[in-house]
Amino acid sequence: MLLELEQLHLAYGRTEVLKGLTLHLTRGQIGCLLGPSGCGKTTVLRAIAGFEPVDAGEVRIDNRVFSKAGRTVPPEARDIRIVFQDYALFPHLDARDNVAFGLREGRRRERRARAEEMLAAVGLAEAVRAQPHELSGGQQQRVALARALVARPRLILLDEPFSNLDVELRERLGIEVRAVLKEFGATALMVTHDQHEAFAVADEVGVMNQGTLQQWDRPYNLYHRPANRFVADFVGQGVLIPGHVSAPGKVNIELGRLEGRLITDVEPGTDVDVLLRPDDVIHDDDSEMTAEVRYKVFRGAEILYTLRLDSGNRVLALVPSHHDHRIGEQIGIRLDTEHIVAFPRATAEGAWCPTEPPA
Amino acid sequence: MTWPGGSRWLKRPRLSAGPLVAWLIALPVLLPLLIVSASLFAAETEVWTHLRSHVLPEVIVNTLWLVAGVAVGTALIGTALAWLVAACDFPGQRFFSWALLLPMAVPAYVMAFVLIGQLEYAGPVQSWMRAVWGEDAGLPPIRSRLGVILALTLVLYPYVYLIARNAFATQGARALEVARSLGLRPAAGFFRVALPMARPWIIGGVMLAMMETLADFGTVAAFNYETFTTAIYKAWYDLQSIEAAMQLSSLLVVVVLVILVLEQLSRQRTRYTATGAGQARRFRLRGGKALAAVAFCMLVLTVAFLIPALQLLFWSVAHFDGLDARYLGLAGRSLSLSAMAAALAIMIALVLAYAVRRSPGLLAGLGARVATVGYAVPGPVLAVGLMLPLVWLSGVLQGGADWLLGEDRIIIALQGTLLGLVAAYIGRFLAVAYNPVNANLLRVSSTLDDAARGMGLGPLGVIARVHFPLVRGGLITGAILVFVDVMKEMPITLMLRPFGWETLALRIYEMTAEGQWERAALPALTLVLVGLVPVILLTRRLDDGGGQSASEKRRPANLESAHAA
Amino acid sequence: MSPFKSCLAASLLATLFVWLPVAEAANDEVVVYSARQEHLIKPLFDLYEEKTGTRIRYTTGDAGQLLQRIQGEGRRTRADLLLTVDAGNLWQAAERGLLKAVDSPALRERVPEHLRDPEDQWFGLSLRVRTMVYHPDRVEEGELGSYADLADERWEGRLCLRSSRKVYNQSLVAIMIEEKGEERSEEIVRSWVDNLATDPFSSDTQVMEAILAGQCDVGLVNSYYYGRLQAREPDLPLRLHWADQDGAGVHVNISGGGVTRHAGNPEGAQALLEWLSSEEAQRLFGSMNFEYPANPEVPPDPQVALWGEFRQNPVNVRHAGERQRQAVMLMDRAGYR
Repeated sequence: MLLELEQLHLAYGRTEVLKGLTLHLTRGQIGCLLGPSGCGKTTVLRAIAGFEPVDAGEVRIDNRVFSKAGRTVPPEARDIRIVFQDYALFPHLDARDNVAFGLREGRRRERRARAEEMLAAVGLAEAVRAQPHELSGGQQQRVALARALVARPRLILLDEPFSNLDVELRERLGIEVRAVLKEFGATALMVTHDQHEAFAVADEVGVMNQGTLQQWDRPYNLYHRPANRFVADFVGQGVLIPGHVSAPGKVNIELGRLEGRLITDVEPGTDVDVLLRPDDVIHDDDSEMTAEVRYKVFRGAEILYTLRLDSGNRVLALVPSHHDHRIGEQIGIRLDTEHIVAFPRATAEGAWCPTEPPA
Repeated sequence: MTWPGGSRWLKRPRLSAGPLVAWLIALPVLLPLLIVSASLFAAETEVWTHLRSHVLPEVIVNTLWLVAGVAVGTALIGTALAWLVAACDFPGQRFFSWALLLPMAVPAYVMAFVLIGQLEYAGPVQSWMRAVWGEDAGLPPIRSRLGVILALTLVLYPYVYLIARNAFATQGARALEVARSLGLRPAAGFFRVALPMARPWIIGGVMLAMMETLADFGTVAAFNYETFTTAIYKAWYDLQSIEAAMQLSSLLVVVVLVILVLEQLSRQRTRYTATGAGQARRFRLRGGKALAAVAFCMLVLTVAFLIPALQLLFWSVAHFDGLDARYLGLAGRSLSLSAMAAALAIMIALVLAYAVRRSPGLLAGLGARVATVGYAVPGPVLAVGLMLPLVWLSGVLQGGADWLLGEDRIIIALQGTLLGLVAAYIGRFLAVAYNPVNANLLRVSSTLDDAARGMGLGPLGVIARVHFPLVRGGLITGAILVFVDVMKEMPITLMLRPFGWETLALRIYEMTAEGQWERAALPALTLVLVGLVPVILLTRRLDDGGGQSASEKRRPANLESAHAA
Repeated sequence: MSPFKSCLAASLLATLFVWLPVAEAANDEVVVYSARQEHLIKPLFDLYEEKTGTRIRYTTGDAGQLLQRIQGEGRRTRADLLLTVDAGNLWQAAERGLLKAVDSPALRERVPEHLRDPEDQWFGLSLRVRTMVYHPDRVEEGELGSYADLADERWEGRLCLRSSRKVYNQSLVAIMIEEKGEERSEEIVRSWVDNLATDPFSSDTQVMEAILAGQCDVGLVNSYYYGRLQAREPDLPLRLHWADQDGAGVHVNISGGGVTRHAGNPEGAQALLEWLSSEEAQRLFGSMNFEYPANPEVPPDPQVALWGEFRQNPVNVRHAGERQRQAVMLMDRAGYR
């Protein structure tokens, strides 16, 4: 294990930000913390970097304790680099010197030479002498990445690295960043509120809410096997429909009986909420079951329909886009579920974080 | 194709008016300087020859030493204090944050007198040393080059402190974190990142201190230290040659302009926009370091404020000769003059900064430089340079009035009106308002201007609705500085005030000119107190975030507030 | 109101005062520009107002700048009467054409000839003596003589002086030039500088404090500074020595006044000036600031009288003004800072 966070607790004044967070990252792995804003993601990074002392628990790197209550190894002694949300390039230095700044050893000329190599590696060979304000957002981001990577730190932390870029650039850069990190064999932990970014860059993603880790898993599992209501709701689209477990692997909902493997642990006889992803609802003109089209979003290859059932509940359906129906039309649907994600109705977990930080 | 508001926007002139506006604002300085430099050619050989061979050589060396010394001193003290208070966390940090501005309210000549009085051979410190260690014990002479530098540094460091603190508050702690995340120890992070990033602000503050030093008369006179300014006074009053005084002044102005242009050129390529608005935590000082920080802040505060204030208090009590209603009038006039000048100065500074921003050419930039050069010109020179055109204008108007109304029915004397007085204040102190405003404006991305213009705002609208709120921190800083400066101003007020407008500064001067320091203490104390009120109010407001720009506000000054539910 | 608007309002307010009509001076009102400190003139004005009903409006300030202001205001000046310290300043005012001659037998009679302008443009009102102060423990009265004697080697490292920037020293040297010529005066001043115990001070009081503390033994001060210090410390061990009693006499200077050329109320100004030279006013003059009345008929304050009688240098004080420039240049050359 390269990075181990054990039962981290951290509070600002009386506000608890981290409540027993545990997380492990192996060497060469790219991890990502995903969660709504204000849920303590950035605080985790700051605690790992050594800017925030922890109240309880431990931060260990390479089996050495870096932070615990009452003891914090200073940031500069941790050999960790951070790519900041705003890149934090030094306005008084050009791109090359910004990168060379990340190097502590060697002579100035050598450092500059390595900085130039590094810039070339991130595709900025021609911009070595540019001042930060002369670079585009994407270029600045890559300079920041190069600065973090150049000294081959044992861990790189990326704080919302793409949030200042436009959407198209985000995905491309996400792939590029992953490629660069992998090329250098770097271990990295990123935080973001954007699942696409998380899925594009990370090997494993942790969903965070209210200072604790809800689930740490591969992206596929987060989507298809969410550990709880919050993860189900936060990752991907979908709705929760009330149902009743009639027998093991059998759940009755108003659209009929679902049969399949129950992911979650619910006893027969309990009332549940069943997660229906848009791809679980198939449009079928021959089906007897119909629903009314309330909204539709054209997505090129597909249309995402929001459908109203007779009970008033709504479901989402992802339909190939040549099936173009008008709003108000009744269309036939059927269910196609391989496995069933159902949560007992009584549980209150998954309370939402506010999407905006409190004022 | 047209769109709503679009045609209006297009019709609006592309503010190539920038240079024009800049030079228009420069008028209260330019006019006196032109009049002053016109005398360059009316050489009066006898006085000038004398000055050149017997006065100038020493004066130039003295002035250079003094300005360099004060620059170094204020840069060191001001920056160190600003860093401690803005980026570090130690006991008393919030108190020192505003308390360290208090010395600004102490007039420099008061500081000079207190220093001399305490540390002179005949003063209590040296007398005590002789009593304890014998006749040969003593200090190096206080009335020396080092002494003047010390006195001016103690009074002028708040200029650097205030401006650098503003810079460090918005980016200091953060810059340190970035540096530390790149493996730098805190000290190295300060020197290699935070300091270079704050450089334009620090230099801006040091420039103010240098210019104030160049124009200072009271302090150097108390130390009997000859500088360019005393030479100007000497030429004017003692050698009775206003021409020679003007010649010296124009020489001084040329020197200042050269320095300013060099400084401008030195940072042409780098643009200091904000690094961004990440969150950061103050650097916490513990144990010995915290103690050292408190001790350092306390030492400066004691020497630069507490001792002079106590001395004034002591004298005031000992020589209490009637705190009557006149003091209310004196304080009221001092206050209203200062407030007026401060409000007007920051408005003009904002317009000037905007004009320069919109027209990046050399012409507007030079106009701004000229408009702010008045800070280095000794007050009386500016006053007399402004008085002559006002007198001329009054004469013209008088001629018209006499022709219309008959001989001497009304008297027109513009030189004795608030218009002339406030114009002179602006000419003299615009730099003080302009530097912080401009420094803040530099950090406002120009895309904001375009966005606002795109929404149909005119140039004034952009200033009023976009820049004004965004640079409030700089505006408040500028307003404080102008306010306090006008409060302490003497020669311009004396020459251009409306009849009977006595101010506290004038009263102090009247007493100190005859060496009656004890009698000057009461008005001086009143001045300090009256000057303190706005300084404290405004700085507290600045600290509470009321003066921070919208983008700064999103960045929590301390994380508690951001995470409080 | 938005902050922007309130700033705008404040700026507009600033220009509002500009066009206030300038009130014409009333006939029973005298406007005085005074470089003499307010607390040294106000009691006189109060008494005059009480006695005559004439209203006096005054403004005080630095002499050089008041002159500049009167000059700038030209014929629109508010000033009727200029009061200032030092004959040099009065001579300046006359030289620049700011004053007008006053034909007043009363003034001519009361003010001695060497204390007024030969052309009657200004008149001395009070008299101050610039002379030596010494510590009797370290200096014998007999050792002291004239100003020139302070150039003697025996005073090396024992002399304290005030800055040459002060007009009092400039006048002293100017009169010396008038008497002894430029060359001889420069020698004397050079030797003074050689004899200095420390750099020149910026006030007479500091000179006396340095002598008290033992930094030096003898200095040159205006008599009223000595008086003020004595009033504060009745046991003041320092003594005054009347300089040059065997020669030309001790150097005196004046504070005085003159009617301005463009006075709106010249009669009122002249009446006030005449009253200021009267016995009643002269007594008050003498009692306020440890100065001597210019009018020789009026006795000085008792405390001042205790310092003893002296013989004045009879050279007209206008020479202080005439030769001021020469004196300043001489002191610059001699290295007197």
